[in-house]
Amino acid sequence: MAEVAAMTQEEREATLGGIGSARKRKEDVRFVQGKGNYVDDLKLPGMLFGDFVRSQYGHARINSIDVSKAKALPGVRAVLTAEDLKPLNLHYMPTLAGDVQMVLADGKVLFQNQEIAFVVADDRYIAADAVELIEVDYEELPALNDPTAALADAAPVLREDLEGKTAGVHGARRHHNHIFTWEVGDKEATERAFAAAEVSVKEKIVYQRVHPCPLETCACVASMDKVKGELTVWGTFQAPHVVRTVASLLSGIPEAKIHVIAPDIGGGFGNKVGVYPGYVCAIVASIVLGVPVKWVEDRIENLSATAFARDYHMTGELAATNDGRITGLRVHVLADHGAFDACADPTKYPAGFFSVVTGSYDIPVAHVVVDGVYTNKAPGGVAYRCSFRVTEASYLIERMVDVLAHKLGIDPAELRLKNFIKAEQFPYHSALGWEYDSGDYVTAMRKAMAAVDYAGLRKEQAEKRARGELMGIGVAFFTEIVGAGPTRNCDILGVGMFDSCEIRVHPTGSAIARLGTKSQGQAHETTYAQILATEIGIPSELIQIEEGNTDTAPYGLGTYGSRSTPVAGAAAARVGRKIRAKAQKIAAHMLEVAEDDLEWDLDQFKVKGLPEKIATMKEIAWAAYHSVPEGMEPGLEAVDYYDPPNMTYPFGAYICVVDIDKDTGETTVRRFYALDDCGTRINPMVIEGQVHGGLTEAFGIAMGQEIAYDALGNVQGASFLDFFLPTAVETPVWETDFTVTPSPHHPIGAKGVGESPNVGGVPAFSNAVNDAFAHLGVSHIPMPHTAPRIWRVCHDLGLTGQLAAAV
Amino acid sequence: MAKQHIKLTVNGKAVEALVEPRMLLIHFLREEMGLTGAHIGCETSHCGACTVDLDGRSVKSCTLFAVQADGGEILTVEGMATADGLHPIQAGFIEAHGLQCGFCTPGMIMRTYRLLQENPDPSDAEIRAGLAGNLCRCTGYQNIVKAVRHAADAFATSSTASEAAE
Repeated sequence: MAEVAAMTQEEREATLGGIGSARKRKEDVRFVQGKGNYVDDLKLPGMLFGDFVRSQYGHARINSIDVSKAKALPGVRAVLTAEDLKPLNLHYMPTLAGDVQMVLADGKVLFQNQEIAFVVADDRYIAADAVELIEVDYEELPALNDPTAALADAAPVLREDLEGKTAGVHGARRHHNHIFTWEVGDKEATERAFAAAEVSVKEKIVYQRVHPCPLETCACVASMDKVKGELTVWGTFQAPHVVRTVASLLSGIPEAKIHVIAPDIGGGFGNKVGVYPGYVCAIVASIVLGVPVKWVEDRIENLSATAFARDYHMTGELAATNDGRITGLRVHVLADHGAFDACADPTKYPAGFFSVVTGSYDIPVAHVVVDGVYTNKAPGGVAYRCSFRVTEASYLIERMVDVLAHKLGIDPAELRLKNFIKAEQFPYHSALGWEYDSGDYVTAMRKAMAAVDYAGLRKEQAEKRARGELMGIGVAFFTEIVGAGPTRNCDILGVGMFDSCEIRVHPTGSAIARLGTKSQGQAHETTYAQILATEIGIPSELIQIEEGNTDTAPYGLGTYGSRSTPVAGAAAARVGRKIRAKAQKIAAHMLEVAEDDLEWDLDQFKVKGLPEKIATMKEIAWAAYHSVPEGMEPGLEAVDYYDPPNMTYPFGAYICVVDIDKDTGETTVRRFYALDDCGTRINPMVIEGQVHGGLTEAFGIAMGQEIAYDALGNVQGASFLDFFLPTAVETPVWETDFTVTPSPHHPIGAKGVGESPNVGGVPAFSNAVNDAFAHLGVSHIPMPHTAPRIWRVCHDLGLTGQLAAAV
Repeated sequence: MAKQHIKLTVNGKAVEALVEPRMLLIHFLREEMGLTGAHIGCETSHCGACTVDLDGRSVKSCTLFAVQADGGEILTVEGMATADGLHPIQAGFIEAHGLQCGFCTPGMIMRTYRLLQENPDPSDAEIRAGLAGNLCRCTGYQNIVKAVRHAADAFATSSTASEAAE
């Protein structure tokens, strides 16, 4: 190929745009022109619009629902209640956690804004009018907003549908509001470690309920073609293939006659993993009416009814020697799952991968117990920009290490260095059963400390403390566990958590690849093409990536838990190798040499020792369609379903510096340095962007987000008036850095990065705020660290008003 | 509900329509005109995904009625690119990696358009303050600030070039 021959190596590499290239994003061209295609952009002929009547109460019996006025309103086409769904056995639906959830309220409501009736009308205005016309007769019941209170003997029974069920899918239930107990680790050995400990610390650490809150809310359009008997559902689905399977199981429609399409998605962060009543109702309404039905959440519905995250009420204990060697970890968690257990975790892990709670430390023994509890709050428990329950685990261990450091009078960074798993210990088997694939924590920590002049910061802090000023230095070192996962222990509803890639190379040398994941902003169209480009020598610009259409894409488990790169990215690399293996045979045939006489060179095969004898991938692609070796089938396509042998374990060192105003409680983040090690880096520009975004979400969580409930069960903070999303003004400036420790078991050594900054960011902020008060005898201040709360801490310590007193 | 007659200009094109008085401008643009670039993120004026330019001001079209735009001139993200290619602000967002999921992007771009009309050479702090009414959940804003800076520099270069040409 003349143009290749004329190019220098650097030019060929630039044209290829493979792994490591900071290529611009392919998706941007449509997004900057308003030509994205999100669910609410769809407009089908005859399409109706659905809207919900929602519960005013957190807990109430429903005596009656009068829909007559709504049905009489012109433009209203149907009103569904639980009574309409019962004959179809759809008034309850299975959750991803093995529980059931009411689709529409069946006799009672269990959380505020729970779905009671579904109105279908000609447009969203008429639907909203009709919602107002539906009269619900409630009998209010006492609401439970606290998981501890929910387990009291006299606590009201929330789930009457579970009466008499003394066991759930995760084992015994010991109370009517208890869901499961999950235990991992060696209880006796841990008890012995604590009994023998020279020093121990214990702290109650609550990770408040928050919400992933993507900018686009959840939505779907269901369209039943009664003539063909086929159902098409467009939706904001992070896992479209699983949605198709669930839709088939629930509706009885053969899976081949269900077409699930996830178009462009406006952010997910875990919120769009679950299956929600809105989807079921839109599908039922479309089946009943035979026309397309759209359902789009508004913001209040999003924050108060579709999946929340966290709400982990943790008690952590560390045992250690006097010189700071950690000898044991014990954790108990009360996990508030809300009214239905709709956590999104692999089936065998009711607390997700919380058992990665030993973190980055070589802790010899540990024991963890998690109790899941029902309360009168919205269901959910998704991983908000983290792998399953990993940010809870990371927050706990990183706070506890700081608590221990302060008790021992050892610098928090030094205590971490002392307890890190050392580079030579990898693959490392943690006390709670994980095999960490690779890491070099000491190097990363030392690089971070040098970058911020850690010793200088501590000196400055000492000077400020002497002057009565509050300055905090937050150190956090996290280990993520992502890329679920090996099908031997990871499945969703029985489907193993593999992922897939299928590719077709066209005769003229461009290609289309389809994967089982679904981007919600992660730049898959850009980065998967880079992996493939490196593997098959076709420029990434010429490789089209498609996801989200279950008719065309191979089955995959979707995008969450940073699994796209570790699992589908691996499938992409392997599918590329299959293509290259066939290409090599074709090249040998073209060049009339043996296969072994060829060597791969970026975008071509060349004959060893005869560098002028080459076959470019472009030439090979053409040959694949007209002159393959005898006995070989024509064409150049391949598919790979990848079942990872292990998770991947990205890690990082974050350092945050804050100044706190004692009289306002305002925290100013002066500096935030984030070093991430995600193994092989596919696109540095995209990685940096993801780290910025994840840190900003962590900042929101640590400094302001909370979905709280009052004693009556009223949800607080379910609008943008109350729920803190940082604007460009509050958001700190981020400094990013990296080390590269490839994963030994991943085909290209990549580990995944999108969620790391949230996992490491939250403890870094919280540790910084806590560190500002550490010299005043404060061991733990709960999140979120809002100004009023911090002011209260200052006030209680007698720090406020000194300025006025001095004047 | 009796419909009202409105006349306005959208992306340079004269538009007449009959709309319900309660119809929101965002629904008029998206559902009546098929301009789905502006998005609905909150319906309470907080997130700015619905930002369009109306008579020389940034407005949040989710909390304006279409009838309030009667007689007005609207510019949406669909009106930014020309036959010559992308608008420098659009190019800046691509160049500086100022977007990820793309949902806030049309609003960000339209807000940037007005911001740079008001202040062609903003500092980073002025950019951040100028975008305070537009939320982004993906980027952490840092690259959006760079994108705006990129666009401002491109304008400065092109106006210097055109001055030099005169």
